[in-house]
Amino acid sequence: MESFKKIKSIVTPLDKVNVDTDQIVPKQFLKLIQRTGFGQFLFYDWRYEKDGILRKDFILNDPTYKNSRILLARDNFGCGSSREHAVWALDDFGFKVIISTSFADIFYNNCFKNGILPIRVSDEILQKLFSTKSEIEIDLEDQTIMVDNTHVSFDIEPHWKKILLEGLDDIAMTLQHESQITKYERSHKI
Amino acid sequence: MSKTLFEKIWDSHIVVDENGRSLLYVDRHLIHEVTSPQAFDGLRLNARKVRRPDLTFATMDHNVPTSDRSLPILDQTSSVQIKTLEKNCKEFGITLFDIHSPNQGIVHVIGPELGITLPGTTIVCGDSHTSTHGAFGSLAFGIGTSDVEHVLATQCIMMEKPKTFEIKIQGKRKNPHAVTAKDIILSIIRKIGTAGGTGTIIEYRGDTISELTMEQRMTICNMSIEAGARAGLIAPDEKTFQYLRGRKYTSDNYDELVNDWRENLKTDSGAKFDKSFTLSVENIAPQVSWGTNPAMTSDVTESVPFPDEYGKGNPEEVKGVTKALQYMDLKPGTPIVDIVIDRIFIGSCTNARLEDLMEAAKVVKGKKVSSKVRAMVVPGSQLVKKNAEEMGLDKIFKDAGFEWRESGCSMCLGMNPDILAAGERCASTSNRNFEGRQGTGGRTHLVSPVMAAAAAINGHFVDVRELDLK
Repeated sequence: MESFKKIKSIVTPLDKVNVDTDQIVPKQFLKLIQRTGFGQFLFYDWRYEKDGILRKDFILNDPTYKNSRILLARDNFGCGSSREHAVWALDDFGFKVIISTSFADIFYNNCFKNGILPIRVSDEILQKLFSTKSEIEIDLEDQTIMVDNTHVSFDIEPHWKKILLEGLDDIAMTLQHESQITKYERSHKI
Repeated sequence: MSKTLFEKIWDSHIVVDENGRSLLYVDRHLIHEVTSPQAFDGLRLNARKVRRPDLTFATMDHNVPTSDRSLPILDQTSSVQIKTLEKNCKEFGITLFDIHSPNQGIVHVIGPELGITLPGTTIVCGDSHTSTHGAFGSLAFGIGTSDVEHVLATQCIMMEKPKTFEIKIQGKRKNPHAVTAKDIILSIIRKIGTAGGTGTIIEYRGDTISELTMEQRMTICNMSIEAGARAGLIAPDEKTFQYLRGRKYTSDNYDELVNDWRENLKTDSGAKFDKSFTLSVENIAPQVSWGTNPAMTSDVTESVPFPDEYGKGNPEEVKGVTKALQYMDLKPGTPIVDIVIDRIFIGSCTNARLEDLMEAAKVVKGKKVSSKVRAMVVPGSQLVKKNAEEMGLDKIFKDAGFEWRESGCSMCLGMNPDILAAGERCASTSNRNFEGRQGTGGRTHLVSPVMAAAAAINGHFVDVRELDLK
């Protein structure tokens, strides 16, 4: 996994609550057996008209946000299905950071596994981010968001911070505990 | 120290504690065709093996057709995904219940049915409705594909300890055949919201729970994820032990295990939960969802709400409801019973077990599906289908005009050919009414099996408390 340090970009404000993973990637695209190429399906039913033409009124289709790498969302983002395809699609489309007041648990976890940083902020800070038109800068090492010349700090679990900063393979990390796993297996009944 | 049931299961599965996170041992890993191919690719890429193929069980359920299984699968991408699972299971030595197996079915229906699900165990699956297995007092939750790969390689999962959430369900329902487990869980979600359980593991407790059958408990635990919780748990009791006795994978020392479970698998008196909520069921009505998330639900006797009233001045909420009603093509103030239905889906890991079909069949028996409605029953597993056919339920449904299909996830998520056309309105016994869930532009109303059956006959919703369901 690629390591993550700083990102500077304008933000794409997706002004909706309870965005579920069925919207992020509709089910017809879950039949693929690879991890790549899901960006084209991101928010498919919101991005395209029936005939495949881009909908003018959907934020991701606004050329202003073409190079944005930070998605702003509202409460309970990523709820519903556990499909990791949702994160693969966001990543492939170009988003590396998602900021919201809250995320669904499985989605939140899936983000880190794919090098995406989900940041939880207060309502007040989210509001501020929704209203800015300028670029913001995320510094993971310092755990700060620089917005309109002010620094805002955010929390992140140390484990995830380390994984993202160093681009670690978490399976390899767990396999360092091989002897403990074997020991547990020997004493465990079921 | 007093502990909750969750804490007991959690503590007994810790392999290593590290920086506030725990490496937990996974007792059973269930896999299916949609969220596993990339995980197996990852193993191959890193020359890793499946650590415990003997604790890993696979089936195909999400995109299998529910039509005649002797015919080839027409959808080529589905067919590739199904073949990929067959190939991966063969290569890594994993037991697979394939499309022709008498044990095939929705992964959360077959786990308990085969005795793979056991009290006090940890169970994971690349599917959010893994919470279903919590009905047996197992700590069971959904994971993403990267974690599927992690569990295949290590038989463990690294997690931060979730908070605990006690939901007490109390009282006696006046008509338990009309006001079902589905109505109980929808009532809970409606009150606590779709993010009400985020970051928690719910334990359902209270006198109502002990009266529920195992299948009803599964319906409740199944939709814990719709309340935002990663898992839902119910302490096992004699009904649990009886249900699992003699199943295909139940072990030889079952009685010994039962003694241990009976003694240990319960929340100690005095144990503290981080959060608590109580639902009294005496006066709850059959529930019908009218919006695009499961909290947007009303009593069958109510009307479609007005966004301003419903949102109580919260602009985000008002906007969300307005948009939901637009999508659902519903006018505020319309009585729920006046909503006209095009399609009926009785199926899914929420409500497609034998008892669900028996209850729905009582409503349908000797009647005809409305001429304007297309209705289907998709049993949760081949075993459910077989048992139902032995009871003659298939005949009751078919005589009434229902389609009687093969088992799978089917129109709960519409990955196979069973989908709604744009604009079609469906009364569905599934778990999610998200936009486009059952087909692009399709409109889903979540209800219980008896409510769906009654809507099939009448062509619109009816209050099933008015029917004789005894």
